[in-house]
Amino acid sequence: MAEVKTVATTGNLVVAEAMRQCKPDVVAAYPITPQTTIVEEYAKFVAQGRVHTEYVTVESEHSAMSACIGASAAGARVMTATASQGLALMWEELHIASGMRLPIVMANANRALSAPINIHCDHGDAMGARDTGWVILFAETAQEAYDNTIICLKVAEDPEVLLPAMTCLDGFITTHSIDRIELFDDETVADFVGEYEPANALLDTDSPVSHGCFAGLGGPFFEFKKAQRLAIDRSKGVVERVGAAFSELSGRPFGLVESDMMDDADLAIVVIGSTAGNARHVAKEMRAQGVKAGVVKVRCFRPFPQAELVAALKDAKAVAVLDRAESFGAEGGPLYLETRSALYDLETRMPVVNYIYGLGGSDVRLELIRQVYSDLSDIVSGSASPSGLVYLGAR
Amino acid sequence: MATLKELTHREDRLAGGHRLCAGCGASIAMRQIMLGAGTDPLVVGCATGCLEVSTTIYPYTSWRIGYVHNAFENSAATVSGVEAAFKALKRAGKIPADKKIKFMAVGGDGGTYDIGLQSLSGAMERGHDMVYVCYDNGAYMNTGIQRSSATPKGAWATTSEVGAAQAGKQQKRKDLTSIIAAHNVAYAAQGSISHWKDLATKAEKAFAAEGPAFINVLATCPRGWRSAYNKSIEIAKLGVQTGYWPLFEVENGEWKMSTSSKGLVKAGRKPIEDFLKPQGRFKHLFAPENSDLLAEIQADVDDYWEYIKHRCGVE
Ligand SMILES: Cc1ncc(C[n+]2csc(CCOP(=O)(O)OP(=O)(O)O)c2C)c(N)n1
Ligand code: SF4
Ligand SMILES: [Mg+2]
Repeated sequence: MAEVKTVATTGNLVVAEAMRQCKPDVVAAYPITPQTTIVEEYAKFVAQGRVHTEYVTVESEHSAMSACIGASAAGARVMTATASQGLALMWEELHIASGMRLPIVMANANRALSAPINIHCDHGDAMGARDTGWVILFAETAQEAYDNTIICLKVAEDPEVLLPAMTCLDGFITTHSIDRIELFDDETVADFVGEYEPANALLDTDSPVSHGCFAGLGGPFFEFKKAQRLAIDRSKGVVERVGAAFSELSGRPFGLVESDMMDDADLAIVVIGSTAGNARHVAKEMRAQGVKAGVVKVRCFRPFPQAELVAALKDAKAVAVLDRAESFGAEGGPLYLETRSALYDLETRMPVVNYIYGLGGSDVRLELIRQVYSDLSDIVSGSASPSGLVYLGAR
Repeated sequence: MATLKELTHREDRLAGGHRLCAGCGASIAMRQIMLGAGTDPLVVGCATGCLEVSTTIYPYTSWRIGYVHNAFENSAATVSGVEAAFKALKRAGKIPADKKIKFMAVGGDGGTYDIGLQSLSGAMERGHDMVYVCYDNGAYMNTGIQRSSATPKGAWATTSEVGAAQAGKQQKRKDLTSIIAAHNVAYAAQGSISHWKDLATKAEKAFAAEGPAFINVLATCPRGWRSAYNKSIEIAKLGVQTGYWPLFEVENGEWKMSTSSKGLVKAGRKPIEDFLKPQGRFKHLFAPENSDLLAEIQADVDDYWEYIKHRCGVE
């Protein structure tokens, strides 16, 4: 029976705790705000002898992911953590990790990308990695960051998947705020994730293999990419299955998309991460005033839960997509683009509008969310027409 | 040191049939070093470059041992991870405690002197038990002979062109072996494909050393050096005999000039022209207007030679 301990601590510390409980063989990481307390906490576990992990204190994030790739190809269970500039520096390696089908799990403490330099939350870092072939989950709370980390590992290592997975949590908001969190005992987590059985391990010297071969012109590059596409498509069912199994243990819900008050909602907000809480709070206020407001949170961004999102939104009269990231020069933010595309197949398409918000930690006040619902109301009543992208709360 | 007879009975870990050019020094360097490495299982990580693209054209591989290619600038970091995995899996009891595996990271001069220098420095500093081998052919050959910081002064390369305003590469070669020796690694050495016994012995020492070791090997590239395919060994030998490429080793901080180079102190070095002449990439240096440059190159070689002599305590 799972034992549960309730603690008051931060998102980063429970991500480190989840990592410890997953028993990675190798952690190779480089510090960057606001991820630092994850790698510091893990360094304590190493110093205390509480883990068998070989902790590689690399000289850069590029080397962090490079070492993770080497270790994973060697046959080890591998985890790491980064943020922002660190994730950007890894970009080349993110593709290689997924292309080599290595189930590395990485926490990303979402932080804005320079310039100007800024250390606070937005999703520009992770969204810049959205097409790198990683499974990507976003947490709303520290509890979800803990849960998602464990779920990510089991998904990544599933023989049907064998892809790297990223577990994202909002910089400072979730990484550093103290929250109430339920932790499992070590055995429960160990049983849940199980032992990793690597395929084609480099260290199996009796059957040597070559990893990272050349597949140039006329070679099977195209077919490798197709296989990768099929794997991330398959991962959707695996995320659902693993999430459901975890949910059964924890008693907490898990969905690729998590809806609130959407059964009869006219006005819907689609959002990722910690802002979902603000949105829910305001939706409840609106409900008290007789406005049928609802919230759809996207917890799994890759693979993108298209069907689930459509099912959640299909009866809404107007939809606002909140993006904490830019896609400069595109019609709107990344979540907006994908959501609009998902809704294209509906027989009757509702207006869908886009708000860019909270970049570089810019404050997400409740009145801003109220403004969004009020805009949606105006659109539905016909007193305003759907307009282009809005920088929510920008001076 | 294993005898020649013993070496010839060892398995060749790099199979023939790869697509490197005829006379390519990279495969010669690899085979000599892997022969010297001994008989323990070996796992290798290779940086992007000629050796990598030519030996692992899917679905084929020339490597009879575990092999991983990650990217251009990170073979040292990648092998750091492989070696870390080995330690951890032993600790976890998933690999028997008495299992022995040797680790080798490989890069060309571009992947080592330039883009991979940080990754290499990090791996050496952290003390991973690996041998890093740089096969130095003095340019980015795989992408079409662009200059690197290992390219000799005066050499033609496609990004250090020869024309009215410039006679090839303007700068001196970076002395990478000294830079790595300054990391106080267990073993660092310079070798050449022309001196197989010296190189195989250096490999044996490097793999026997506990912790990080480094070997920089002069490896002719007939394509980029514009030299004859059947002259690769001869030209590399001239690299040594002119003192352009002194053979030395640094063992636990102690610098030692290798026999073939030390012999030149008394016998005298050949003029640098002997190394440059058979290589088309230096052709322009022999035009009368470049005679000063030629003298400057000779002076640079003399300086480096004196520096290595001094480090090795050779009078
Ligand atoms: C990040 C990155 N930059 C550039 C390249 C292009 N590139 C591939 S191999 C190479 C040169 C390799 O030179 P070197 O390391 O000397 O090996 P050689 O080809 O001479 O054997 C370059 C520039 C790359 N693959 N990756
Ligand atoms: S171009 Fe040079 S380094 Fe590359 S395979 Fe040919 S000879 Fe070898
Ligand atoms: Mg080269």
